[in-house]
Amino acid sequence: MHAFFDTRGRPALVWAGLALVAAALIALPWVLAGIGTAWVRITNLAVLYCFLALGLNIVVGFAGLLDLGYIAFYGVGAYVYALLASPQFGIHLPFWVILPLGALLACIFGMLLGAPTLKLRGDYLAIVTLGFGEIVRIFLNNLSTPFNLTNGPQGITLIDPFRLDGFSFAGTQHVFGQALTSPIKYYYFLVIVLLLVIVVNVRLQNSRIGRAWEAIREDEVAARAMGINTRNMKLLAYAMGASFGGIAGGMFSAMQGFISPESFVLVESIMVLSMVVLGGMGNVFGVVVGALMLSYIPEVLRYTVGPAQMAVFGRTLIDPEVFRMLLFGLALVLMMLFRPAGIVPSALRKRELEQVPADVG
Amino acid sequence: MSGDTGAAGELLVARDIGKRFGGIAALTDVSFSIRRGEIYGLIGPNGAGKTSLFNVLTGIYTKDSGTFVFDGSPLDDLKPNEVAERGIARTFQNIRLFANLSALENVMVGRHVRTKATVVGAIFRGPRTRDEERAIRRRSIELLDYVGVKRRANDLAKHLAYGDQRRLEIARALATEPRLLALDEPAAGMNATETAGLRSLLESIRGDGTTILLIEHDMKLVMSVCDRVLVLDYGRKLAEGPAAEVQKNERVIAAYLGGDVSLNLKGA
Ligand SMILES: Nc1ncnc2c1ncn2[C@@H]1O[C@H](COP(=O)(O)OP(=O)(O)OP(=O)(O)O)[C@@H](O)[C@H]1O
Ligand SMILES: [Mg+2]
Repeated sequence: MHAFFDTRGRPALVWAGLALVAAALIALPWVLAGIGTAWVRITNLAVLYCFLALGLNIVVGFAGLLDLGYIAFYGVGAYVYALLASPQFGIHLPFWVILPLGALLACIFGMLLGAPTLKLRGDYLAIVTLGFGEIVRIFLNNLSTPFNLTNGPQGITLIDPFRLDGFSFAGTQHVFGQALTSPIKYYYFLVIVLLLVIVVNVRLQNSRIGRAWEAIREDEVAARAMGINTRNMKLLAYAMGASFGGIAGGMFSAMQGFISPESFVLVESIMVLSMVVLGGMGNVFGVVVGALMLSYIPEVLRYTVGPAQMAVFGRTLIDPEVFRMLLFGLALVLMMLFRPAGIVPSALRKRELEQVPADVG
Repeated sequence: MSGDTGAAGELLVARDIGKRFGGIAALTDVSFSIRRGEIYGLIGPNGAGKTSLFNVLTGIYTKDSGTFVFDGSPLDDLKPNEVAERGIARTFQNIRLFANLSALENVMVGRHVRTKATVVGAIFRGPRTRDEERAIRRRSIELLDYVGVKRRANDLAKHLAYGDQRRLEIARALATEPRLLALDEPAAGMNATETAGLRSLLESIRGDGTTILLIEHDMKLVMSVCDRVLVLDYGRKLAEGPAAEVQKNERVIAAYLGGDVSLNLKGA
């Protein structure tokens, strides 16, 4: 990945590439809006899944710890935002205050999960993290009595959008005669944050901390014998991963304006884990690709399965919703069969490493 | 790593070390001391307790009794990472490299314990973090060169030849700047040429002022490179002393070495 951001040697080419990517990212929502506003929303959710997958990648991909309850941190972040920016308690804090708070609380939850599981591996870790995710969801569902904190299964409504100095991310403005819709505004915000998150992940991986995580993943006993405090490093991985989830949750709350425990079910944890595994565990770029693919495929199918059946058979044979998930499952199986190490193989990593001799001279 | 060489005194003192695994007494009342700057051999038949001694020394297992005093202070109940921080690094009998990291990255991991960058530093990559990172890289490449596997720097550790993996493990251990380097059968699986290369590597590591504790079955290597030797048998100390004396010790020959090997030794 480093080679990506390393402009030494061929600056012109790299800058041209970057400019092209930037232009594409800026133009994308307008193109999508042309197809249908739904696609901008879908893209925004896909970006949120990128955050989640990148966060989980720290725990699973870098440190090699299984976590089947990751969505709980997303939930924590979402509820922190919802409670501090909605009529639920009549509190309306600005988003730049709540997002860090959500990250912090998710981070604390991450350590709460991490602490008791430090000595666990494999199956046991899977079961405990799965249980943790469910506990959080069940709490969200039931914390409506005796004191109504979460409003139970009804969830929380009328959540504030992001507001910055009178500029609201909700509603539509007109810029140069173009409709700047709410999803498009969020899109730009999300993409900027995503780029930051990617940089943070790449930097973490290529650091003393990232190497310590990878050492733990590869061989915990050897890592300890080399002087790595595995307890602290694992806690750190859980905490970092959870904070990413917390931030993503806050953004989800604001974008949707409504949240309920329904959004933080086990299937979601499994989905995010699939994104990480499918994209290529430990490979930041691969994880982003995995998250985008798994976010888009079901949506593309949603819009194509029905019409395709109509075109071929003249009527709907199988319920599109069922058929869509069937195809999605099939796609997952095929991807794992043909790309067992993930969609993006380690070629990028190799390139990064090939710089060594040049550096040494 | 400076004035230690030749300075009088003991780097590691072990007193009455005991370790049981259920009914098996892996170590019983083992006492010995290692002097600064020497290469100290640890030999004994299979199952004698050599690896177990490494494991209790480095904190991977907790010992049942006894104490280790390292450089004047006790090592009691330290975790493996704390032992490494104090200055004891080891290799493993069944090579334990970070298989899917490159050779260079393996050594860079060894620098962890002597460097400082935090998460915040890693994310913001200020000048201090960048300098440190550069130094880690430079030192790690030096070490790869030192043990002779620099040409494989970018290859995944799992793709290295067996002998190279053993050397890489030594480089990784050296990266932690140990005062005592504990090697568990580094010559296992090496051919004669590779073993000769290993021998000169050990000599030069010692020459740099690092004390070495060496478990080895290759008697020729042990007798040629070790200053003193400890012989374990069934978890007990059988003999300790200069290599030349130990190989003449009747009990050692009778209980451990046997006729064949003693003949072999004379040739060494
Ligand atoms: N983790 C363990 N659990 C149970 N028994 C063990 C364990 N580790 C070692 N032992 C036993 O302790 C005794 C000493 O084993 P150890 O591995 O220390 O011998 P060794 O001298 O290193 O032998 P080798 O030359 O074959 O490597 C053996 O009987 C072994 O079976
Ligand atoms: Mg052994």
